Amino acid sequence: MLDLLAGFVGELRAAGLPVSLTENIDAMDAVRFVPLDDRTVFRAAMAATLVKRPEHRPAFDAVFDAYFAVAPFAGGDELDVDLGALLDDALRSGDAEAISRVARLAVARLAGMEEGRGVRGSAYVFKTMRMLDVDGALARLLAGAEWLERDDLTGAGLRLRAEIEAEVRRRLVAERGPQAVARSVRRPLPEDVDFLHASREDLTALQRSLRPLARRMASRLARRRRVGRQGRLDFRRTLRRSLSTGGVPADPRFRRPHPHKPEIVVLADVSGSVATFARFTLQLVHALAGEFSAVRTFVFIDGIDEVTRLFAGTDDLAAALTRVHEEADVVAADGHSDYGRALGTFWARWGREITPRTSVIVLGDARNNYHAAHADVLADLRRRCRRLWWLNPEPRSYWDTGDSIVSEYAVHCDGVFECRNLRQLEAFVSQIG
Amino acid sequence: MADRFESIGSVRDGLAGVDYLADEAIAGVVFLADRLDKPVLVEGPAGTGKTELAKAVARWSGSRLIRLQCYEGLDESKALYEWNYRKQLLRIQAGEGAGTSWSDLEDDIFTEEFLLSRPLLEAIRADEPVVLLIDEVDRVEVETEALLLEVLSDWQVSVPEMGTVSARRVPLVFLTSNGTRDLSEALKRRCLYLYLDYPSVEREREIILARVPELPGHLAAEVARIVRSLRLLDLRKAPSVSETLDWARTLVVLGVETLDASVTESTLHVLLKHRADIAAAARTLRTAG
Repeated sequence: MLDLLAGFVGELRAAGLPVSLTENIDAMDAVRFVPLDDRTVFRAAMAATLVKRPEHRPAFDAVFDAYFAVAPFAGGDELDVDLGALLDDALRSGDAEAISRVARLAVARLAGMEEGRGVRGSAYVFKTMRMLDVDGALARLLAGAEWLERDDLTGAGLRLRAEIEAEVRRRLVAERGPQAVARSVRRPLPEDVDFLHASREDLTALQRSLRPLARRMASRLARRRRVGRQGRLDFRRTLRRSLSTGGVPADPRFRRPHPHKPEIVVLADVSGSVATFARFTLQLVHALAGEFSAVRTFVFIDGIDEVTRLFAGTDDLAAALTRVHEEADVVAADGHSDYGRALGTFWARWGREITPRTSVIVLGDARNNYHAAHADVLADLRRRCRRLWWLNPEPRSYWDTGDSIVSEYAVHCDGVFECRNLRQLEAFVSQIG
Repeated sequence: MADRFESIGSVRDGLAGVDYLADEAIAGVVFLADRLDKPVLVEGPAGTGKTELAKAVARWSGSRLIRLQCYEGLDESKALYEWNYRKQLLRIQAGEGAGTSWSDLEDDIFTEEFLLSRPLLEAIRADEPVVLLIDEVDRVEVETEALLLEVLSDWQVSVPEMGTVSARRVPLVFLTSNGTRDLSEALKRRCLYLYLDYPSVEREREIILARVPELPGHLAAEVARIVRSLRLLDLRKAPSVSETLDWARTLVVLGVETLDASVTESTLHVLLKHRADIAAAARTLRTAG
């Protein structure tokens, strides 16, 4: 058991979870007190001792399921059952028993799993889902459903998928052993998901972690402003106070500091390659709008347009972003990124509104499709604004390869940051606040 | 030390007896906290029963509940202990008349008699079983968090003038946090971690039935489903369990028999506290028919 636990903790660490020695010992301690045959309790005990962040829970669950798998469904296929009818019933009732029965039968009959084939588990899941036609069945049921039923059905669909994944995993574990399976299901933690290569599921996870992140950051920025350094000595009030101590200035008074709130202008490349990155950064900046005195947003591909008004007066950032894509006039020529042209247009139309209080953030990979760079525009911009930052979602090793011209722009910036995931984005934003 | 709880099952049943429906995971963690002598850090969205869990455990096990409400600016003298300097002053003045020597006096005024214990010290010194609730620990500054570390890992409080006060019996500690900031790793390492999310439809229905027994069963199920679907909308503040219970009570008071769109819409303000949220929910209700 201890060996198994050690392997389990090792795999958790390999997946990126910070498990300390104390926590490891706690987990081993906990094993003495919980019944090992009750998986729910055992899982809860392991999670309580080893995982201290809700965002890390999915990664933990994946490893747990591989290491402490129950034996796969032993009985073979029951040939006489009509899976389609069973599926409809299970989805409609949302009954846990029925759903897991469908999942077991479907994997046995449809996944076509054979020993010794080096197929990834996700391929089996995909195949089962398609052969069973879960999406089709859901669509059919959803058509006549009203609001609450729709959510019931979607929930049942998600549970069914989870059950199928679990069953496939159980079979794989039985065949290949926990370590190999755990490695193959390893997924990056939400804060480490690369913006440029995120799958649809990763994006939903990112989206979910964005709001709490924004809340945490807002309170951190506000707190820092409040408890920051004291202001300069207030001579008049100190003197006034000293009257009560016979003219000795025993109780110095200070001016309240007036920390400035920066004014932010964001220029975001929204062309296909970096759109996801721009989306998350814009959402984060606007969620933090209260911490800045003003936020203005411009989006560009080869033309540039201001979209601040789309964000104004709405709480629904996602809808605002969709409108950005529909309404903003960002294509001037051929619809391929042209940083030189976009920056030039920005400077000509809005350059006068940049003041020494403005901090400018440019979002993009600086892949200019071999157009002219016009880096001198950035130099002019830098002279007029307070700070100029560039965030690049590409890994540093790709910079200046192919048509990327980051370093031509970088010389005019106060800083160019690699911003591939939420962790790096968070680090950047907390620094500018 | 004596184990308080017999088994995980007994924890769950006991909590159910005081109207707190714990699932296996919650009961398991509470049980472990007792066996491992570790504090429990409970995190989760507002209104999912974090504070209530500590209260329920205290109620059920018949322990005294000592509560430390955290806020920005909380310091040692509010959390740990403070010298009762007025009383010390009186003692000194009384001593002057009697001609006590200074060294005697000094020994005398730094004794337990002159110590005002605040919640943490109180919990450590208590003779009877105690549940210590440190509420909204994410509100204190990172520096203040360090105050808790000695108490939570060694179960002792150091008073420089007196020495160390060790716990007579280890209290059961619950820390709650809404996650407005990340707690320090040092604190997290010392705790068992429990994340309380919104309950599933079935569990929420049971919670409603346990806390608002006047509500008919079919309505409770409907309430749970509507609340679940509201939480799926992209709202500023999703309805919490306590707001669900408020809504259930509202429906009882109004004597609602069937829950249709118009009734729901007119009582939405019990569930949702932002104007934009209410508008969004009302829109969804109307399109749903």
